[in-house]
Amino acid sequence: MDKTSQPVIRVRDLDLSYDDYPVMGGLDFSVNKGDIFVVMGASGCGKSTLLKVLIGLKEPDKGEILYDGVDFWGQDETARQKMMRRFGVLYQSGALWSSLTIGENVALPLQLYSKLSGTQIKEMVELKLALVGLSGYADFYPAQISGGMRKRAGLARAIALDPDIIFFDEPSSGLDPLSGRLLDDLILQLRDTLGATIVVVTHELASIFAVGNNAVLLDAESKSMIAAGSPKDLLANSRDPRVIQFLTRGQKQGVN
Amino acid sequence: MPLNKLSFEYPSSNTLRVKLSGDWKISEGLPAESEAISQLDGHKDITQLTFDLSEIGKWDSGLASFLFHLIRECRKRNVIVNHQGLPAGVEKLISPALKVHEKAAPRSEGQSSFLENVADKVLHLLSSTLILVNFLGEIAIAFWRLVKGKAYFRRDELISILRRCGADAFALVSLISLLVGMILAFIGAIQLRLFGAQIFIANIVGIAMVRVMGAVMTGVLMSGRTGASFAAELGLMQTNDEIDALQTLGISPVEFLVMPRVLALVIMMPLLTIYADFMGILGGLFVSTTMLGLNPVEYWQHTQSAVKLSNLWVGLIHSFVFGIIIAVAGCLRGIKCARSAAAVGEATTSAVVSGITGIVIATAIITFICQVLGV
Repeated sequence: MDKTSQPVIRVRDLDLSYDDYPVMGGLDFSVNKGDIFVVMGASGCGKSTLLKVLIGLKEPDKGEILYDGVDFWGQDETARQKMMRRFGVLYQSGALWSSLTIGENVALPLQLYSKLSGTQIKEMVELKLALVGLSGYADFYPAQISGGMRKRAGLARAIALDPDIIFFDEPSSGLDPLSGRLLDDLILQLRDTLGATIVVVTHELASIFAVGNNAVLLDAESKSMIAAGSPKDLLANSRDPRVIQFLTRGQKQGVN
Repeated sequence: MPLNKLSFEYPSSNTLRVKLSGDWKISEGLPAESEAISQLDGHKDITQLTFDLSEIGKWDSGLASFLFHLIRECRKRNVIVNHQGLPAGVEKLISPALKVHEKAAPRSEGQSSFLENVADKVLHLLSSTLILVNFLGEIAIAFWRLVKGKAYFRRDELISILRRCGADAFALVSLISLLVGMILAFIGAIQLRLFGAQIFIANIVGIAMVRVMGAVMTGVLMSGRTGASFAAELGLMQTNDEIDALQTLGISPVEFLVMPRVLALVIMMPLLTIYADFMGILGGLFVSTTMLGLNPVEYWQHTQSAVKLSNLWVGLIHSFVFGIIIAVAGCLRGIKCARSAAAVGEATTSAVVSGITGIVIATAIITFICQVLGV
């Protein structure tokens, strides 16, 4: 990791709330280019709220988010929308538009923001679906495929425009261990093939250790970020009992 | 099986001993806590509470619930509770609840005052009005972009919604309008027969259907059918993050989802209303000719002379306004739906109620304006 380079994402002194109820305060971390950065924490700690703020769906109470040094929430809406085109987002449920086929779902961002012809878009859709292992499913509707396939189709849509940053919301939740593992492999593969920076919001330990090279741990009790660093390093070196408990599913109590 | 029993002893002037015996199980029923609380309130010098469970039989979480509430009431009255004698299992069951109770942020006790309630309602009304105005503004912007050719929505989707709003509603509109026309004819016949003026049934049915009833009945049907379906569709999309996915792609959900629905209903409502008017007149004709013995040609001529073009315009204005009301109510409830299955149900119900209420209010306003203008 090049320490001198500017981080792709810089979160500075960020406060978040959910329905006017403060959930997290003083968040401060950086995500570097090519990182697979994991936002981890127990259910209800504010991970998904943080994701919403990062992708432009919810304004923070306080603080800044800088993408390549540009203040995301300091921009007007048009400029922010333009910045958002650099993002790909895989939602927890896949969030495929149910009235469109899988192919149409993947094609829609390309129709909106690319200058490709109809035939080229069709070819691009085939390519992206093949990348996530869904060749031949373009004409299926979301209701006709399994939950794991819906997530992969959602991922194909998320990477349709070759985004610089891909956000994953609980990618392996609701999946069997094998499908979860396949999705983790896909995340690693996307980082390598697309050169994208990846942010994963999850509490699944298997995923955290399989993909994450950098992470923050959010704590619902103190409403703050209690650890930052590589998950493996945190497990090996952290002396904070909350960090050890989380990373070992409570099997070790840690050192006070 | 011994019945549960609650009794009280006073070992000293400031101590209340609560004695519990028999089986304390949910399935057996439990004594009211108020009995114990009234002992506390009746003896103001009590500062300590102890338990005697030496004769307790079988118990489950019913006992824990009873003790939790009693201990909580004691704490409120600053009565010290001695936990000695409580079974260890009960302690384990009630301690998490007691801890939560201790940690809970102090909330205002007692009921809100009348003024607070009124203020809450007014604030709620204001915020709902603000949300509605904001939503209408977004729809207006979307239509302006449509006029300028900049709106982004799927034409296929619009055609599909038009089909669902129009062609798929045909059978239901036919049946209801036909029956409404028949009912109007029957009611009119009872009174007009007294004066030997049955032929004027044609005037009553024609004017009533074309001017207001055709539009109102179609509006009520479409509110229950299409308005509810819009709310459920968009509510489910909200629950599945589909609307968030649109926003992150920079697509306006109002432009992509709401505008085609409003457009479809605004186009379809007047067409369905004209059709409903025709079916209603047909229903009146059927009753008048088959049951009242009127001449169909004479009936048709009377209808033609009675129904003026102004009546048709008034009916069409009704239907146009109803189309907007139903679509806006359905889409607003759906898009503002919370993310749960129950919320989708509530949004659907609310869309129908808002739609029908809106239709009645709009009818009253349009009727009043027509009266003032002499139309």
